[in-house]
Amino acid sequence: MSLHGRGPVPDENLVQLLRPDGTRTDGSGYTEWLGDIDGAALRGLYEDMVVVRRIDQEATALQRQGELALWPPLLGQEAAQIGSGRALRQDDFVFSSYRENGVAYCRGVGYADLLRVWRGNAPSGWDPYAVNMATPQVIIGAQTLHATGYAMATKFDGADAVAVAYFGDGATSQGDANEAMVFAASFQAPVVFFCQNNQWAISEPVRLQAQRDIADRAPGFGIPSVRVDGNDVLASLAVTRQALDRARGGGGPSFIEAVTYRMGPHTTADDPSRYRDPNELEDWKSRDPIDRLARLLKAEGLLDEEFASQAKDTADRAAAELREACVTMPEPGELDVFDNVYATPHTVLAEQKEEYRRYLASLAAAPGGTA
Amino acid sequence: MNTMTFGRAINSGLRRALEHDSRVVLIGEDIGTLGGVFRITDELQKDFGGHRVIDAPLAESAILGTAVGMAYRGYRPVCEIQFDGFIYPAFNQIVSQVAKLHYRTQGRVKMPLTIRVPFGGGIGAAEHHSESPEAYFLHTSGLRVVSASNPQDAFLMIQQAIACDDPVLFFEPKRRYHSKGEVDEDAGLDSYPMEQARVEIAGDDATLVTYGALVQVAREAAMAARDDGISLEVIDLRSLSPIDFATVEASVRKTGRLVVAHEASRTGGLGAELAASITQRCFYYLEHAPERIAGFDIPYPPAKMEHHHLPDLDRILDGVDRVMGRPNSLSGQEGN
Ligand SMILES: Cc1ncc(C[n+]2csc(CCOP(=O)(O)OP(=O)(O)O)c2C)c(N)n1
Ligand SMILES: [Mg+2]
Repeated sequence: MSLHGRGPVPDENLVQLLRPDGTRTDGSGYTEWLGDIDGAALRGLYEDMVVVRRIDQEATALQRQGELALWPPLLGQEAAQIGSGRALRQDDFVFSSYRENGVAYCRGVGYADLLRVWRGNAPSGWDPYAVNMATPQVIIGAQTLHATGYAMATKFDGADAVAVAYFGDGATSQGDANEAMVFAASFQAPVVFFCQNNQWAISEPVRLQAQRDIADRAPGFGIPSVRVDGNDVLASLAVTRQALDRARGGGGPSFIEAVTYRMGPHTTADDPSRYRDPNELEDWKSRDPIDRLARLLKAEGLLDEEFASQAKDTADRAAAELREACVTMPEPGELDVFDNVYATPHTVLAEQKEEYRRYLASLAAAPGGTA
Repeated sequence: MNTMTFGRAINSGLRRALEHDSRVVLIGEDIGTLGGVFRITDELQKDFGGHRVIDAPLAESAILGTAVGMAYRGYRPVCEIQFDGFIYPAFNQIVSQVAKLHYRTQGRVKMPLTIRVPFGGGIGAAEHHSESPEAYFLHTSGLRVVSASNPQDAFLMIQQAIACDDPVLFFEPKRRYHSKGEVDEDAGLDSYPMEQARVEIAGDDATLVTYGALVQVAREAAMAARDDGISLEVIDLRSLSPIDFATVEASVRKTGRLVVAHEASRTGGLGAELAASITQRCFYYLEHAPERIAGFDIPYPPAKMEHHHLPDLDRILDGVDRVMGRPNSLSGQEGN
């Protein structure tokens, strides 16, 4: 019997290292992956989650204030994103969807770069090669193939870097995602499929996409999989490290289903009250990823007042910088639409650009024009 | 007569079709409980049940491919593609199967699918949410392609599309979803043929042909031109495949000048087809070469730049000036 829509209630198939009450489990064999996670590292993970939640909140506010055209909140998915994002090596390469702003934070994406595309100022936010992360993919599932191909090419090169595909539960229905698993398995590509099952694809519950646990699908393709509590940052970190290690060692692809919950709307354009039982949200609030780690930190004497206020200050500073980066972003130029369509000169497009330049000049020259 | 929005009119037309024919089924992403991201199917699942208004798993190729199977069994599926830019995963099923099965089975298997596609820009959306992909489908033999520009047409044409035994791409200008208009819900399906264009505004000096969201802009252009002493005839094409050449031809024989406007990129677009065909049909009547006012040959740009891409009132009027031989942005260049 699957547990879709009910989330990480006690479930023997779910890797959990931290219970919702903040106590540690026996580790189900995964603690070996966390040998270096001492008090300072735990605090680091906590601060990361607090910061990305604050950034997310600020971006949502910026959208409400008309500064962004749209924003896809990650609220509730901080542990899955920070846990996995912090497991990556600098030379690993991420192919994500639009919701992985926490992963982008881990990769070092700047604030203006994070918002550029959502403000509608540019076709993309950042240079993928500068942070080893492709810019967000909106076409559901497409990036799973890109990650697989990148991993195949990494293997051609004899490198030990890994490609990671981030995608949602809804994406698992797309042909692309299933075809990616076929290729990854056939070519034993060093790729990690990281699926955040946040229970919803806009208004569609996960049981419409999968009648069994999503993680159950991968073994049929010949890919080992694990179902992890995605609201448990330690478990998310551990299983991702394990999968990366397998890929680096020539063990091929892995599939991770991180069971989590989209606590906010699909995007700022969505109204979940039309399709979601509010009790469900209440239920998941009791498993909040940040509260959970806070409980552990408290129990271990790591969350004193000084550290708590330091984390809050860091988050507030990040939010202020984000806002500043947003509102001071330079406006695009009037001929920028013609840039970068082709890598080499294209005669017809060059003519169209010239035509439009003349057109703008004629408008400016017309009586009442704005020269 | 009832006043309703464009979106509501489609909803009402879909409701009629569901009532009228038990073989009509709706399938698409988020069309059930949510009523679609634009609420076009609002309440329909509640009223007709989950077996008639089907929330599909997130896979466009599967939505179209399973609709083909349903059509084999005599159903009339109405597929919703959530946004224009998400139709491409289904392109294979549409082009290789939906369009060709009647031909490939020598007429034994009918494919009476309707494929609803919210299309076009002007709403400040994210990438892949503002495209005008109609030319791919006009180029595909076996498909009919239509686009309504007002609530009355939307109400009738969605029912006509569903009743049609051929597959129909039904392009909905999403930036007009909230525009209101009068709708006669008693109008019969035969009151105005789906394939026929409509002269929206009669005029003598130049013919302006468009469809979808730009029909409203064309109307505004006609008003503005009138102030300049130019009488524009505005035609809402409505059917993009087949094109109602007779209506356009009659107009151009009268005016001697043709401007075609569309949001889609210029190269290989509907304007190219109209310019070529009308030049051939009306060569001796033309006072000027046909002009196309279209999106540029670029991927649809980000929200803050889309006004540079979308044909607007001024760009359409510039095109009118060109065919009228009046000063325009290209004045001084050879041939203008
Ligand atoms: C090919 C394609 N079809 C439809 C959409 C519209 N759409 C955007 S997000 C989404 C739901 C995605 O759900 P999931 O994969 O679970 O990711 P989540 O949004 O929950 O992170 C849909 C249907 C799209 N972007 N691309
Ligand atoms: Mg989801």
